[in-house]
Amino acid sequence: MAKLTFHGGIHTYDGKDLSKDKPIRSVLPKGDLVYPLSQHIGAPAKPIVEKGDRVLTGQKIAEAGGFVSAPIYATVSGTVKAIEPRRVVTGDSVMSIIVENDGLYEEVEYPKVKPLAEMTREEILERIREAGVVGMGGAGFPTHVKLSPKEPDKIDYVIVNCAECEPYLTSDYRRMIEEPEKLVGGLKVSLQLFENARGILAVEDNKSDCIEILKKLTKEEPRISVKTLRTKYPQGAERQIIYAVTGRAINSSMLPADAGCVVNNVDTVVAIYHAVCEGRPLMHRIVTVTGDAVADPCNIMVRIGTNYHELIDEAGGFKKEPVKIVSGGPMMGFGIFDLDVPTTKTASALLCLTQDDVSRMEPGPCINCGRCVEACPSRLVPSMLADYAERYDEEAFVSHEGMECVECGCCSYVCPAKRSLTQSIKSMRKIQLAKRKK
Amino acid sequence: MSDLMKVSSNPHIRSKTETSGIMLSVVIALLPAAGFGIYNFGIGALVTIAVTVAFAVLTEYLFEKLCKKKVTIGDYSAVVTGLLLALNLPVSAPWWIGAVGSVFAILVVKMLFGGLGQNFMNPALGARCFLLISFTSIMTDFDCDAYTGATPLASLKSGADVNILDMVIGRTAGTIGETSMIAIVIGACFLILMGVIDLRIPGSYIVSFVIFLCLFGGHGLDWAYISAHLAGGGLMLGAFFMATDYVTRPVTKNGQILFGILLGILTGIFRLFGPSAEGVSYAIILGNLLVPLIEKITLPKAFGKGGEKA
Repeated sequence: MAKLTFHGGIHTYDGKDLSKDKPIRSVLPKGDLVYPLSQHIGAPAKPIVEKGDRVLTGQKIAEAGGFVSAPIYATVSGTVKAIEPRRVVTGDSVMSIIVENDGLYEEVEYPKVKPLAEMTREEILERIREAGVVGMGGAGFPTHVKLSPKEPDKIDYVIVNCAECEPYLTSDYRRMIEEPEKLVGGLKVSLQLFENARGILAVEDNKSDCIEILKKLTKEEPRISVKTLRTKYPQGAERQIIYAVTGRAINSSMLPADAGCVVNNVDTVVAIYHAVCEGRPLMHRIVTVTGDAVADPCNIMVRIGTNYHELIDEAGGFKKEPVKIVSGGPMMGFGIFDLDVPTTKTASALLCLTQDDVSRMEPGPCINCGRCVEACPSRLVPSMLADYAERYDEEAFVSHEGMECVECGCCSYVCPAKRSLTQSIKSMRKIQLAKRKK
Repeated sequence: MSDLMKVSSNPHIRSKTETSGIMLSVVIALLPAAGFGIYNFGIGALVTIAVTVAFAVLTEYLFEKLCKKKVTIGDYSAVVTGLLLALNLPVSAPWWIGAVGSVFAILVVKMLFGGLGQNFMNPALGARCFLLISFTSIMTDFDCDAYTGATPLASLKSGADVNILDMVIGRTAGTIGETSMIAIVIGACFLILMGVIDLRIPGSYIVSFVIFLCLFGGHGLDWAYISAHLAGGGLMLGAFFMATDYVTRPVTKNGQILFGILLGILTGIFRLFGPSAEGVSYAIILGNLLVPLIEKITLPKAFGKGGEKA
């Protein structure tokens, strides 16, 4: 069978060899833990502890601030030191709960769980909501909302996004190698919510060992199948993976549910498993610490709230002076100017590079080569859109479908004139989205 | 670690392809044609090439110095323009023709419109047409030491017989770089392999031109006649090296095919019904003028709005 794919996209240096063979290891935090109240899309969580309170590992410290929101749990035992604004990876200051770690890791008793087969739809969704599960691929959309479409009967595909198409990232890969049964378990939970749906594990063909493992594990599962995707960035973008798997295309005004699909990434599905089958809230995530500046690139099981400095220490520190540090993958991650920020639910990687392509390569004039048009997975003309954005021609920007951009970065990556196309388009989109909200 | 790190918007990595690299591959791809031109026409061709390239680069340098702009000759685009212009000149033209053409190409067609990426017309072709109109007798005099008499295309037009093998190899009269189909195609293959150009424009150009010839050429499906037209004149050089000029061709994929078809038809009209045997240069610069319109009607549909099929 031909491998599944989409139109456009790029092939980059993938950098995964640095960390792909490093087994996941756990790290215990030493310093204070910082829990920003906004680590998800939607209303910020509301603190339910006060300064001076003692908290235990697994204790809820902030509750959801609305339907589209998610609670937050302490990941260590200790004392609430402060509730104050702290800087996060985007550079913004966000109100955060700071917990001083007492190093005892005293844990709460988790509620008993019923066998999955006996749980109702509502009970499952409530468990996921209560556990604070959000999309851990980067967007941070609350998972219980995603799993509550208007017409659950019409969902016919539950897709697990195992593409991990961003260069350098290997956290999903390690999870699939080391804990595939949890992934399949989480998928089974999702399938229980959608009785007409088939479960799809969609994996890129550069992870053939994962495909083998998952195929073996799901041999006896009539509702679950493993699909092989062609390795190409951004194969793991929601619209692109839906198209590759189902042939259905959605635009910015539609949700995956409109195409009968629900898409979750690997870590999220494992978090669903922990929440529903073990009664444990979302407290950990796997972070790939990598890049040519890091002494020992690795995959770390991190307690959410851990300071980035500690992740670097765990990876053996720097062997060369880093020039650029990115939280997330190199294509869509955030460049950070300081390591003193906490790990959040959506932080998939910490990438430390000894050279910065962006500041090293000076932008020149567009030569109209069309490489951005070839690469754009949304089938736009990025060179024109960036022009409109730079001239602040809102009308032309919108009429040329600028709002359909997914900010994947392919256009900037391929541009021989080194123009920051994505940046211009992204800025204009932000302005337009803000205007729509008014 | 006290120093702050560099920050910027995503993506944080960039491909290695740069504008100068692309231009350099075009220069390399033109070398077979240029080399054959020198072999075919003698040292005079080398002089013409050297003069036009030098003047093109010098014009860009002086203009930018004079206007206190950043000097951009390092992107090699002026070298490409100079070289292309030289390949479009007859070897018998005096050296100042190349110099005047280069100054016109760079100064008027390129720099006055804003420099690289802003010109609406291929600079080398704009200059060639300027020279053709201003110095017609010089520009259409193809007599030289190696060849006397008409170019094969002119002979063809007057109904005389032509040697197709000579035309394919390039042992004919003509401009310096247009005569050898083989040399041009070798360079074009290099560009295609390097991913610099694709076959959309040259393919649709040549195919539509052949169809036009069959319909209106008066010879029907006569392969000898068609081959002579393909190998003769500036068609190959134009289709692979000038119609594919990034700046002056449509950026949309369907637009490129439409552009190629348009060039094929225009070239057919000019060659069959015009007073001159040649028509490629005029077809391409006329096509260049229509690019904004072509782009407008061929904008792709966004993903999820009916444009998913590749």
